[in-house]
Amino acid sequence: MDELLREFLTETSEYLDTVDVELVRFERNPNDTAILRNIFRLVHTIKGTCGFLGLPRLEALAHAAETLMGRFRDGEQPVTSRDVTLILATIDRIKHIITELERTSVEPPGQDDDLILRLERSSGGAGRREIDPAILAAFDEPEAPPPVQEAAPPRGGTVTDAVDPAPARQQTIRVAVNTLEHLMTMVSELVLTRNQLLDIARRHEDNRFSVPLQRLSHVTAELQESVMKTRMQPIGTAWQKLPRLVRDLSDELGKPIDLVMRGADTELDRQVLDIIKDPLTHMVRNAADHGLESPAERRALGKPERGTIRLGAYHEGGTITIEIADDGRGLDIPAIRAKAIARGLAPAAEIERMSDAQVAKFIFHPGFSTAETVTAVSGRGVGMDVVKTNIELIGGVIDIHSEPGRGTVFTVKIPLTLAIIAALIVSVGDQRFAIPQMAVLELVRVRPGSEQRIETVNGAPVLRLRERLLPVMSLARILERPGAAGDDGFIVVLQVGRQRFGLLVDGVFHTEEIVVKPMSRKLRHLQVFSGNTILGDGAVVLIIDPNGISRALGAHGVDAAAFDDAMAEMEDEREEEIESTSLLVFRAGGPGQKAVQLSLVTRLEEIDASRIEWIGDRPFVQYRGRLMPLVPASEKLAIRKEGTQPILIFSDADRAMGLIVDDIVDIVDERLVIDPVPQRPDLVGSTVVRGQATELINVAHFLPLAHEDWLCRAAVPSAPIRTVLLVDDSDFFRGMLAPVLRAAGYRLVLAASVDEALDVLGSQRVIDVVVSDIEMPGKTGFDLIESLRADQRTQHLPVIALSSYISPAIVERARRYSGVEFVAKFDRGGLLAALAATLDGYGEAA
Amino acid sequence: MSAIDPAIIASTVDDAIQYVTVTVGEQLFGIPIARVRDVFVVGALTPVPLAPPEVQGLVNLRGRVVTAVCMRRRLGLPALEPTSGSVMAVGLEQGDESFGLIVDGVGEVMRVPVDTREPTPPHLGSRWASLASHIHRLEDRLLIVLDVDAVLAFDNDGGAG
Repeated sequence: MDELLREFLTETSEYLDTVDVELVRFERNPNDTAILRNIFRLVHTIKGTCGFLGLPRLEALAHAAETLMGRFRDGEQPVTSRDVTLILATIDRIKHIITELERTSVEPPGQDDDLILRLERSSGGAGRREIDPAILAAFDEPEAPPPVQEAAPPRGGTVTDAVDPAPARQQTIRVAVNTLEHLMTMVSELVLTRNQLLDIARRHEDNRFSVPLQRLSHVTAELQESVMKTRMQPIGTAWQKLPRLVRDLSDELGKPIDLVMRGADTELDRQVLDIIKDPLTHMVRNAADHGLESPAERRALGKPERGTIRLGAYHEGGTITIEIADDGRGLDIPAIRAKAIARGLAPAAEIERMSDAQVAKFIFHPGFSTAETVTAVSGRGVGMDVVKTNIELIGGVIDIHSEPGRGTVFTVKIPLTLAIIAALIVSVGDQRFAIPQMAVLELVRVRPGSEQRIETVNGAPVLRLRERLLPVMSLARILERPGAAGDDGFIVVLQVGRQRFGLLVDGVFHTEEIVVKPMSRKLRHLQVFSGNTILGDGAVVLIIDPNGISRALGAHGVDAAAFDDAMAEMEDEREEEIESTSLLVFRAGGPGQKAVQLSLVTRLEEIDASRIEWIGDRPFVQYRGRLMPLVPASEKLAIRKEGTQPILIFSDADRAMGLIVDDIVDIVDERLVIDPVPQRPDLVGSTVVRGQATELINVAHFLPLAHEDWLCRAAVPSAPIRTVLLVDDSDFFRGMLAPVLRAAGYRLVLAASVDEALDVLGSQRVIDVVVSDIEMPGKTGFDLIESLRADQRTQHLPVIALSSYISPAIVERARRYSGVEFVAKFDRGGLLAALAATLDGYGEAA
Repeated sequence: MSAIDPAIIASTVDDAIQYVTVTVGEQLFGIPIARVRDVFVVGALTPVPLAPPEVQGLVNLRGRVVTAVCMRRRLGLPALEPTSGSVMAVGLEQGDESFGLIVDGVGEVMRVPVDTREPTPPHLGSRWASLASHIHRLEDRLLIVLDVDAVLAFDNDGGAG
């Protein structure tokens, strides 16, 4: 193909995509001349180049469209929806011709008089074929210089800043994607070679190499990052066709729709972008077709007639979150429930029992579509299941949140790149495998006879993990390899979609950033592998595909759904346990009911009011030979002067406190559903007891009122923000854990080394708990623990030790120190649970 | 034999075709030199569980991951007892992928006149015949010329793929 023609085609395609977007914007803001000028410039460039290259069909079409736009531009006629539709149709025709041009290098035969005549009629000058001098004049205006047709500079992006009439162009050059891919491959090799060198250097401890190696390491990392950046594209590229799509849908469905896009400049890997493009389009289509009501319905509901579809994207750690929201009717949960039952997707009784959120997930079931009538837009059977599959294929997750009458939000979370991933290296027999870290929830050491061991239910192996049953499968068995006997090793807990299962492996090594290489075509049918990689020591290692494993689980007769049932049942049991909380119901300072968990109360006493002694303004009572402080359960409560005074006694070791109440009502077993009450530190929250609203008191609030030092080690309970000192040498892990901890309500102090941590602790800062990595260069986490225990001030400071590699020896060592909890490095849930347990232990009854 | 393998044409110089010769069992095979990327000693080999039997594993060849294909299994011969000697492979490319054909031994590069080409004789057996593009009768023995693409097409014929 002619080089000039090729260049023209590439540029024109980009221009046309921009024109699409701009026209839709223009229709909504017909007075924005900047947008119009921009469209003009693009169409004029196309027209000019067509003439130059001898493409008469394109030239005639572009010219007719341009004429009409010229009239808008000069205010000679108003912008109507009909005209914009006509121009869009013309652009579609141009696109069609260009597609043919790309294929055959010549314009396809055909007539465009239909469009041209309609365009000319719209322009008010039937049959006029001359260029309107007014339009030419428009282009000659100094603020909108016409592009020089034979030397139009190549443009870097397709997103045009339409507001600025003379956009500042970044200096760009066009590079073939293949070149970038090749560059990426070479950098990957470089990373591997560097890892090999680092590995050798570690083993030999030859200091002469360490400095240049470190530099090589840094340069490589930077190079890798830069090259990765070249593969990144703003997600806006995937959204580009959406304004046009929504506009057409809006016409077709007779629903006025606004499309709001936020975060279009959020960047992600080209490969990922390609995969999510179609699912996103599909979801937007769905939102327009199923999600939004007709204007009449909306009016009847008191909603604005125009529906809104919102697209948002933002970065979060190593992932990108995309939200597709509509303000429509929300999912029709009863209809989905009925359909799920009709289709027999699960036993009817079970579906009836499911929560709305669980029912909503049925829309991801293959072939599920609730649209009563199949419209041209969606409901063609290609459903959300395909969307979900595509997203999960790249290690992403999709979630729905729907409110009746308010709308539906789909949240998609996907990795930024697929080229380099963090992976956990495990072993089966003498062979190593890599498991994508993204799917790993936690690691559990199992051994026969130990607390955590593999049991069997109906002959299938399971792990009882925090009161939940987890189906377990031996990786050796899936891979048909010799491996451990089947009950001694590590269980890698994986999550795929909503399915959670354990994979038994013989050994667990470390986490490593790996460069994913595709499987050979000869091996691509093996669903349990997603690729392979070369590790630092040069060994080729296969990458396990958690999706494939989850499918293999089914093939090996492990019925995940049955386990889900079993798990749900256990959950129910737990709920029942919670339901049967014993509460002591009392009144204090008013007619309203108050309650406290009976388990916290040591005794109930009725004392003679005359025995109450006053020291200053504080009441005490002689109790079991000691002076016990009394605290009223309400500020409004009047302490009795005569008769009997009921008190609740709370005690811990040698301390006790009496909580004064007006009267004790009852002891009841009640299901405890607690609603938080803001601004009330004296309350855990409110709940319903025997049909009456009841305030559940927070004992931790009253304890320090009696003994100021009761909770001295923990922070003051009325300001329950605890400070966590997070010690980790890896920026990545600090970066990963910090938001998790902040989100859980902790204040954070970060330290990159043991010395830094000791500096922090030596300063005046109050630290409630230390979370420290064990493996760090130089001083390790164990060194830190020893320093803490050696210092009187930090002797009892709780420590949570993190390690990416749990060996029995490390666990053993961690246990030697008191107040040290051990958590796997990537087990976020475990860390939060350990933190809560450690801190609550001090808050309530340490 | 209608179309001539382009690899044969590319391997022909002055009316002689150049083959890299390999031995598998007692048999001498020739691979058109244009198809051979390199010859290497197979180092650490990562077996691929659940893979078709022809795939012996993956090899790291200077940073490239090469799929090692066992020529013995491909030919329906029994696997060789593991020996202390080094395992040899012929590096091939197909599409953008690298393969290593594991053979018993690699011999010299042989130049054979073009006009000694003969069609594959029927007594070779269908399996071998399907992997051969033609033969040459040398003075004392038969040189079976391998059709590299056919050798690598095992996922299509055994139904393993």
